[in-house]
Amino acid sequence: MEKIKIFIEKAGWPRIIIGLFLLALFITAPFVNVNVFTSISDVLVRFGMWGILVLAMVPMVQTGCGLNFGIPLGIIAGLLGAVTSIEMNVTGLSGLFVAMGIAIPIAVILGWGYGLLLNRVKGGEMTIALYVGFSSVAFMSMMWLLLPYKSQDMIWAYGGQGLRTTISVENYWFHSLNDIGAFNIGDHFYFPTGMIIFFAIMCLLIWALFRTKTGTAMTAVGSNPEYARASGVNINKMRTISVIISTVLGAVGIIVYEQSFGFIQLYLGPFWMGFPAVAGILLGGASVHKATILNVIIGTFLFQGILTMTPSVINNIIQTDMSETIRIIVSNGLILYALTRTIKAKSAKVKA
Amino acid sequence: MNNKNIKKFFINNAVPIMFIVLSILAIPLAGLSGEYLIQEMMTRLARYLFLVLSLLIPIIAGMGLNFGIVLGAMAGQIGLIFVTDWSVVGLSGMTLAIIISMPIAIILGWIAGVALNHAKGREMVTSYILGFFINGVYQLVVLYGMGRIIPISSNTMLLPRGYGIRNAVDLENIRGCLDKLIPLKIGNVNIPLATFLLVGVLCVFIIWFRKTKLGQDMRAVGQDMEVAANAGIPVERTRVLSIVISTVLACIGQIIFLQNIGTMNTYNSHEQIGMFSIAALLVGGASVAKASIPNAFIGIILFHIMFVVSPRAGKTLVGDAQIGEYFRVFISYGIIALALVLHAWRIYKEKERARMMFREANSSVSSESEKG
Repeated sequence: MEKIKIFIEKAGWPRIIIGLFLLALFITAPFVNVNVFTSISDVLVRFGMWGILVLAMVPMVQTGCGLNFGIPLGIIAGLLGAVTSIEMNVTGLSGLFVAMGIAIPIAVILGWGYGLLLNRVKGGEMTIALYVGFSSVAFMSMMWLLLPYKSQDMIWAYGGQGLRTTISVENYWFHSLNDIGAFNIGDHFYFPTGMIIFFAIMCLLIWALFRTKTGTAMTAVGSNPEYARASGVNINKMRTISVIISTVLGAVGIIVYEQSFGFIQLYLGPFWMGFPAVAGILLGGASVHKATILNVIIGTFLFQGILTMTPSVINNIIQTDMSETIRIIVSNGLILYALTRTIKAKSAKVKA
Repeated sequence: MNNKNIKKFFINNAVPIMFIVLSILAIPLAGLSGEYLIQEMMTRLARYLFLVLSLLIPIIAGMGLNFGIVLGAMAGQIGLIFVTDWSVVGLSGMTLAIIISMPIAIILGWIAGVALNHAKGREMVTSYILGFFINGVYQLVVLYGMGRIIPISSNTMLLPRGYGIRNAVDLENIRGCLDKLIPLKIGNVNIPLATFLLVGVLCVFIIWFRKTKLGQDMRAVGQDMEVAANAGIPVERTRVLSIVISTVLACIGQIIFLQNIGTMNTYNSHEQIGMFSIAALLVGGASVAKASIPNAFIGIILFHIMFVVSPRAGKTLVGDAQIGEYFRVFISYGIIALALVLHAWRIYKEKERARMMFREANSSVSSESEKG
């Protein structure tokens, strides 16, 4: 009994409830004519698509910048890379890497500016991140109309100017990462080996980074800024580095997402991309102040699992598509839980 | 006024001044008639004033911009759905809608207040997410509950599948019932006098409220929670009350807003309300910590001139109205971002200064003790 209590306390109620819910969905699936193998395969694909975007949350949480609602900024860099690589007409895996190669420098520059801004607004990072994300998406919406891209696959068919809202990558680098070493088991199970391995490499890189000297300094800045300052760590520099890494991961993440999804979504597409990523890492057990790679993996799997399974299973049970509403309640409920919980723990500590 | 004062005036009012300049540049480009613009501004003032004013009280209590006014808006919409279903017409319909939605607004406001008390120091982002969360619950009730668990008698309001409210609800019954109550026409411009009178009552209420015991308590809490608590003010309760009042006012505001528009987008009408009201208030020169009734008036006029004019101006400039469309979205978000950055920067600088002073004081104490 004691053990269960400790486990519950450690894992947190939301994670347990949603974990059990997901389990229940998997168990019910066969009874309502949903193929479990297809479902697992879908969850894996979505896991790979979202993994890096969720991973992008880690650096900023670790340096105390809070949840990066401003991830659309990184996504925009990724989108710029993606459309430019299509404009250059590079296909296959090389097209994907050209996209990343263009996106990363842009993300570094944007992230650097964003980092400088966040250093001036310590304490209010999250609200500001939210609006930096929103306003940059709106700004880029104008740019997508004005930028001089020419490729026939991307511009509006009739006007001849401005990019389309969704651009297919089918003829360029569709599934170029997914299909590396991908295999099928039976008719229904597909494993996107390349994408999962790429995600694993990214996780490993971030994991390794936090074991270097810079990484330790970054964690110190987040957990105890006064101590970090006393030991001669340049707080602002560490925070800026974390913001840059986060933005770069956002850029790489969206390109991986697109090659699997098959479409580039411009204009207001990136608007809400931050929320599933934030909800994902929180569901994995991260708080506003602490996040690990394990949180990313568990959280992405659980959250994407719920998103994949609810439409198919719940629809078949009650003949109603409630998935969108459930998604809204679950993801925002999680963020809300995290925002209201940590403060409690903090004030309790102060009292003690 | 000497040089320094002028400089200070410009810095403090940078946002409104920027908007005035933008409007002066954009109005000729749009080529709209003056009369049309004045009529638009009258309509939009009547539409938005109540909502924008509902933001003021939480600012006094130091809780920042209450993105949670969408909660009140949702409550108001539930009231309107029932009134339309029962086909109660005119002013009595509107009053009934307010009466029905008031308790819902109070409950939602109370929930919001309690949640924000758990998130001190990040009220704004929390109230923002809270809006989304309650929006999910609202969808659950309106899209899946109504017509199934909650009885709705008229089939025309329900989706073809037999439950859930349609995307658009026609508010024919109460359209313009308040705006046209006291008809007044100056030149060719219709003035919704009754709505303005109601707004006037709200302004008087806000001015009076600031002077009451509760209003003073809120100001004290807004300045420093710890000092207020030591002075015997129930901090948490005061904060909850400020959010409840704001939510209830927003609920009435949304009903006024929708009686002016005349149709309700069941699942969208409330979503943008928070952002537009807040952007308007900030454009009027308010900040996260300070906002007044004139800010609301000026803000709505400036922000909405931008709104009316920018698609047209965009079309003349680059031949594409879509650009202007995106431009105003960019402006609304950008202006909120800018205001938040300025506010956070100021707080951060004050903190830094306090820390340096604390350090200096400490070092002088320690050097003295070394001497001793």
